[in-house]
Amino acid sequence: MSTERLPISVLRRRLLPGRWDLVAFVLVFGTLAYLAHTAVGLTHPLSRLTAARISLSPWALPGYAAQTALRMLVAMLASLVFTFTYATLAAKSRRAEAVLIPLLDILQSVPILGFSFTIVFFLSLTPGRAAGAELAAVFLVFTSQAWNMAFSFYHSLRSIPAELDETARAFHLGPWMRFWRLEVPFAMPALIWNMMMSMSGGWFFVVAAEAISVGNTTVTLPGIGSYIARAIAARDLGAIGWAIAAMTLVILIYDQVIFRPLIASADWFRLEQEARLTPTRSWALTLMRRSRLFTRGADGFAGLVRLGFNRQLLPRRRPPARARSQWADALWYGAVALLTGYGIWRTGQYLLAHISLLQMLHVLGLGGLTLLRVLVLIALASVIWVPIGVYIGLRPRLAAALEPVAQFLAAFPANLLFPVVVSAIVAYKLDPNIWLSPLMILGTQWYILFNVIAGASSLSSELREVGSNFRVRGWLWWRRIALPAIFPFYVTGAITAAGGSWNASIVAEVANWGRHHLVAAGLGAYIAQATAAGSFAHMLLGIVVMSAIVVSLNRLLWRPLYARAERKYRMN
Amino acid sequence: MNAAPEIHPEPLLQVQGVGKSFRKPDGDAVIVLEDVDLQLRRGEIVGLLGRSGSGKSTLLRLIAGLDVPTRGAVRYLGAPVTGPVAGVAMVFQGFGLFPWLTVLGNVQLGLEALRVREPEMRRRALEAIDLIGLDGYESAYPRELSGGMRQRVGFARALVVHPNILLMDEPFSALDVLTAETLRTDFLELWGLAELPIGSVLLVTHNIEEAVQMCDRLLIFSTHPGRVVSEIPVNLPQPRAALDPEVRALVDRVYIEMTARPRARGAEARGDAASAVRIDTPLEHVSTNLLAGLIEALSAAPYAGRADLPAIAQALHMEADDLLPVAEALQLLHLAEIEGGDICLNEAGQAFARAATDERKNLFARELLAHVPLAAHVRRVLDERSTHVAPKSRFLDELEDSMSAQAAEQTLRALISWGRYGEIFAYDDQRQIFSLENPT
Repeated sequence: MSTERLPISVLRRRLLPGRWDLVAFVLVFGTLAYLAHTAVGLTHPLSRLTAARISLSPWALPGYAAQTALRMLVAMLASLVFTFTYATLAAKSRRAEAVLIPLLDILQSVPILGFSFTIVFFLSLTPGRAAGAELAAVFLVFTSQAWNMAFSFYHSLRSIPAELDETARAFHLGPWMRFWRLEVPFAMPALIWNMMMSMSGGWFFVVAAEAISVGNTTVTLPGIGSYIARAIAARDLGAIGWAIAAMTLVILIYDQVIFRPLIASADWFRLEQEARLTPTRSWALTLMRRSRLFTRGADGFAGLVRLGFNRQLLPRRRPPARARSQWADALWYGAVALLTGYGIWRTGQYLLAHISLLQMLHVLGLGGLTLLRVLVLIALASVIWVPIGVYIGLRPRLAAALEPVAQFLAAFPANLLFPVVVSAIVAYKLDPNIWLSPLMILGTQWYILFNVIAGASSLSSELREVGSNFRVRGWLWWRRIALPAIFPFYVTGAITAAGGSWNASIVAEVANWGRHHLVAAGLGAYIAQATAAGSFAHMLLGIVVMSAIVVSLNRLLWRPLYARAERKYRMN
Repeated sequence: MNAAPEIHPEPLLQVQGVGKSFRKPDGDAVIVLEDVDLQLRRGEIVGLLGRSGSGKSTLLRLIAGLDVPTRGAVRYLGAPVTGPVAGVAMVFQGFGLFPWLTVLGNVQLGLEALRVREPEMRRRALEAIDLIGLDGYESAYPRELSGGMRQRVGFARALVVHPNILLMDEPFSALDVLTAETLRTDFLELWGLAELPIGSVLLVTHNIEEAVQMCDRLLIFSTHPGRVVSEIPVNLPQPRAALDPEVRALVDRVYIEMTARPRARGAEARGDAASAVRIDTPLEHVSTNLLAGLIEALSAAPYAGRADLPAIAQALHMEADDLLPVAEALQLLHLAEIEGGDICLNEAGQAFARAATDERKNLFARELLAHVPLAAHVRRVLDERSTHVAPKSRFLDELEDSMSAQAAEQTLRALISWGRYGEIFAYDDQRQIFSLENPT
């Protein structure tokens, strides 16, 4: 075929490098060199990972910040791999689904730091080497990111439009091709949003996971988290200020280099086929699209994927089984039930052997205390942020300017700010039972704010005009127009904020400032103290109680609220 | 069967005694298709015509291998169809384009799946794009295209695999009238010049004019369950002008076939037309505004109470599939009669046309209670209960004994809308209950 027959649009572009390539070149090889440098650190002996080796000099911070960021990236990649496999399995196999989805629901409710006991396990994988500690930290961050991503992907797989599904089948797409051509692109917008939410939560836990003690095992990985821990021990407010600045920078860079491009490309995958009025712009995406280096890389990946189309990488789906094998079903569910029963029995036996019933009641009481804190804080945050959010949301230019700020604040690991507050509590000798509480919501209140902003901006100008036309004002305006309009958004924000607060309670109810040790009575403090003491039974009990409260709160409060919001306050 | 003489005799596709039913959660089956026979020979375009719910799209999916029949068999070139078959391609109503692939990527999709190698794949894709008039759009994304251009991509994607059978599922119904007309004539022109790499075409449509214009044979389906009730050969030369008297006569005939059948079948089974409506007869939701609108149009000049269905459909810019449910709802409520392709207001209908709002509501309520047994049933239950309140689930459960959950939901929705208009009961969607309390 001659080149003239080719339309201009598919002709290969020129091969000479352009200026975008230069930028791309620097970025790629800088990253590679850095990765190689860090990888060497993994083989260092564990003994080098002590708090004493953390330098409080601001000049050491860029290095620490980079290592923290790298942990995040690795955890995110792990979460993606988990998402693609776990959610796909759950969506394609009825039997797997029956187990995997409830499991995911429970995993989601387990407080992230409850997973910290796994550190001991990871350390045992690479005896005496730093790699195990790194793995443990990455795993903790992974547990804060993976679940909601997997849920989102599963949900997308289950809601692929019938016509696209039929197209894929009518044109004989194999499973591998179907996955990359249909399922992943379709799930992309929702997945990217969830990745962002995961990232926000992840920063919090990467900082918490870098300096952690489980019983006699103490891990201090070089990073912003351990820098802060050292600064707390040294009561150095200046160093804490530097750490906050470094973190701010890291999050901004992440946003620019990873999320902006992702969001901008998510528009590509959106199903609404109309062009969006204001497409998200991203200089980094432009760079990647215009640079030969990146396009080559992307082509290479696409080629690899396409290679899979030709080979049979995954088995073809069998024709839908008409008569479901009832015996196999019975066997499968029977096995699951047996295993579950055994698990409950063993856990119960273990707990009863170590903890008296009275103590258990005490822990339940502590759970009640923390629950009270969470609810009061959510209510307080709502009273403050709902009016402010509505005010901002109704002013489009203000909203455009402030929404990213609120999102940034949500992403910022609030635990970096804890020392500032704690030092004040110590200085003024305030009651930790009350004054430590706000720390729980310090980082998560912003979810309420930016969701309310989004809700208020989505209020149609027509409805607002109706309001002014009929002179609906004051409290009536709030009751009839503003609150109903933002309600579904508010509920989403409140759910996220509440979930985050439970997680934060483990870090927030116990705080140190130099030699001062502050404790607020609550379930979070109970878990934190059990972890520090290496008392597995108490830790397990604390986690079980917290999961149980979170799950029941979800079922009894948030889900009904959300369902109501969905039903009542949406037009269609 | 009167096949046109130039058509090749060997059948590409044979559908024998095919039935399809869906199992409800409680184990009962809902029959969608019953005992369908169909043969498709090389070189013909066959149209499947029927109302929504006649199972014609389901039949198309059985033929495409996207679903399996519960009875009977589909054979393609003599071999039974058990899954999607190479050699059968489909054009979808909503286009079914992947928004993340360019025009070229979408067209190449089927070839990629068939593992056609790169130069060959691109050559064929560009050929199809050329043929269908998409030259210059190769690198565009679907979102950048108009509806007509999108459906052209749908056609190119189907043509590029050189299918023996092209299945079209209402391919023009998502387009505006003008665009649909252009695409149809373009397609017929290519078909007439034998330039398309296709054996034959099976077209599902509810547009009677379109079917008459395009097809060599029409199969007309009944609803609930879907069955082929008649076959009409179209032996008119192409191109067929919409206003040609022979075309018009055929359109009229199809209208008569499509409107006459349900009553005749009901009468067959149950003695007479009136008793055909039972508590568990599925209702189709038709807005009372549409009902009133059609009554007013019918009573006004030039119809004076009686109109030819195709003529009034055209005058009101409605397609058969939009108009027929309205006409049949009027018939169900005994406000009008349908006979031989005509619709005729009866006395109640005439009175309705003359009445003012409140009177209309009273009249509507009377007709509803008299002729829709489900309405009378709901009202009776509410009257008998001391609280005058009944949950929606009570009636849903009752209906689900004889129809699918979806149909039951739809039937109740229709009833609620009519009942509200006639003010024979009130319904609270938040609490999902029927009551007799209207807010005063």
